[in-house]
Amino acid sequence: MYGQYAGPRAAWVDRGRAPAWWRVLGSRIVTFCWVEVAKIRHDRTELYTRAIQPALWLVIFGETFSSIRVIPTGGRPYLDFMAPGVIAQSALFVAIFYGIQIIWERDAGILTKLLATPTPTSALVAGKAFGASVRSLVQAAVVVVLAALLGVRMPLNPLVYVIAALFIVLGAAFFSTLSLTIAGIVLNRDRLMGIGQAITMPLFFGSNALYPIGVMPGWLQVLSTVNPLRYEIDALRGLLIGTPSNLSLDFVVLAVACLAGIATSSRLLRRLSQ
Amino acid sequence: MEIREISRRFKEVLAVDRVSFEVRSGEIFGLLGPNGAGKTTTIRILVTLLPPDSGQANVFGLDVVRQTMAVRRLIGYVPQQLSADGSLTGWENVMLFARLYDLPRRDRKHAVSEALALMGLADAQDRLVATYSGGMVRRLELAQALINRPRLLVLDEPTIGLDPIARGEVWERVQSLRQEAGTTILLTTHYMEEADQLCDRLALMHRGRIRAVGTPVELKAALGPLTTLEDVFRHHAGERLEEEGGSFKDVRAVRRTARRLG
Repeated sequence: MYGQYAGPRAAWVDRGRAPAWWRVLGSRIVTFCWVEVAKIRHDRTELYTRAIQPALWLVIFGETFSSIRVIPTGGRPYLDFMAPGVIAQSALFVAIFYGIQIIWERDAGILTKLLATPTPTSALVAGKAFGASVRSLVQAAVVVVLAALLGVRMPLNPLVYVIAALFIVLGAAFFSTLSLTIAGIVLNRDRLMGIGQAITMPLFFGSNALYPIGVMPGWLQVLSTVNPLRYEIDALRGLLIGTPSNLSLDFVVLAVACLAGIATSSRLLRRLSQ
Repeated sequence: MEIREISRRFKEVLAVDRVSFEVRSGEIFGLLGPNGAGKTTTIRILVTLLPPDSGQANVFGLDVVRQTMAVRRLIGYVPQQLSADGSLTGWENVMLFARLYDLPRRDRKHAVSEALALMGLADAQDRLVATYSGGMVRRLELAQALINRPRLLVLDEPTIGLDPIARGEVWERVQSLRQEAGTTILLTTHYMEEADQLCDRLALMHRGRIRAVGTPVELKAALGPLTTLEDVFRHHAGERLEEEGGSFKDVRAVRRTARRLG
């Protein structure tokens, strides 16, 4: 039975050349997305519990502010205006705590084993980041359905959702690398939880999720220009609600943020494993 | 596989101090020593997870520092902790590694089923690993480590925390692998019995240094009749083997493993 492990070795065992780096990168991204899909299939609890908070935002905050009409929304009902913000927020929450999973994997010895496979650290981080974005994407889809049920008018064109998904994936990939970076610095779950909690609110309130940038005080407007969440929401709002937006700028900012996040967190990942 | 004069320091602690030994093709080589002796650090250097401060290590002629990826493709590594992912099934756990070792798509499914069958897990392959017993998790990890048909299999404390029956099963599989597939095996252990029964040759390690190398029979014979490995170890290290050693981190890792096993 063990014989096949000894006999003539399959061609792939001793092939001389390693696959090209871009093949490895692509393969690792696909692999970790596959892992996340499998995990979501096995256990959907998190999907449901994480839908509660965005539902409350839409139902309580959204309905209340819709009735008092204090925020300039360009003529759209306030619920429509904030829906893309809540979609982005729910994706953000999933991604920003992704580092906890990595720390757990470190503690369980899983990370050590992953690092011993022929996977460059950057490919491992990119794989993990896009894996996290699968989870965010599923979460965002739940909120889109929720918003539609609450009467938010969104386009029917499937292409719009494909492009929106691209922005959610980029945003989630960036925030999960941010989470991995923090994990690589603080090295423990409790501190990561604390910092995660501490930065989600400023990211959220320092963005255009609940109100347009124009109504912010000047200093906050300046700060919000370096907040990637702002660009994600700008894109989602433009796509789903049809407000004026700058999709190419949004894309460039998020893509650059992603690359920077992958570069930084792969430098810190080794530290986490030692 | 050969390592020469490798050292590695963590802050003030010299974890591995000018360690040299070689593992011959097709043998089961054991690194025997108490917790904290530097076994795991040595292993981590060999499997390319940790660069040595000084010294050199080669696996089948490849340098572990400069030819990292090539070395990784030749070895299978099972770390000390039970590290299969409990939220995936056994099949998915092995498939993950088939993908990470770049097995061609057409060979993957077959290779995964084969590795699982080899470790006696075919019936349990669709269950979540969280429901596995400790011995099953260990065998699953062997299946993961075998997926790339490694020429060198590196096992760090393969039977730690396992009950005697599960331990016996793991030994059996390791021995069959060596006998029938000719896989070279390097393992660490702090169990006398394991070193005695499983290993062709041993290196006794204590406080970061290799104290003696030889077959279990040679090591014992050198000290006269009726000697046990325990005596051999005490002779070379001046201390008992199974004393409570190791850092807080080691102890915590062992306890965590024990707890996961229930």
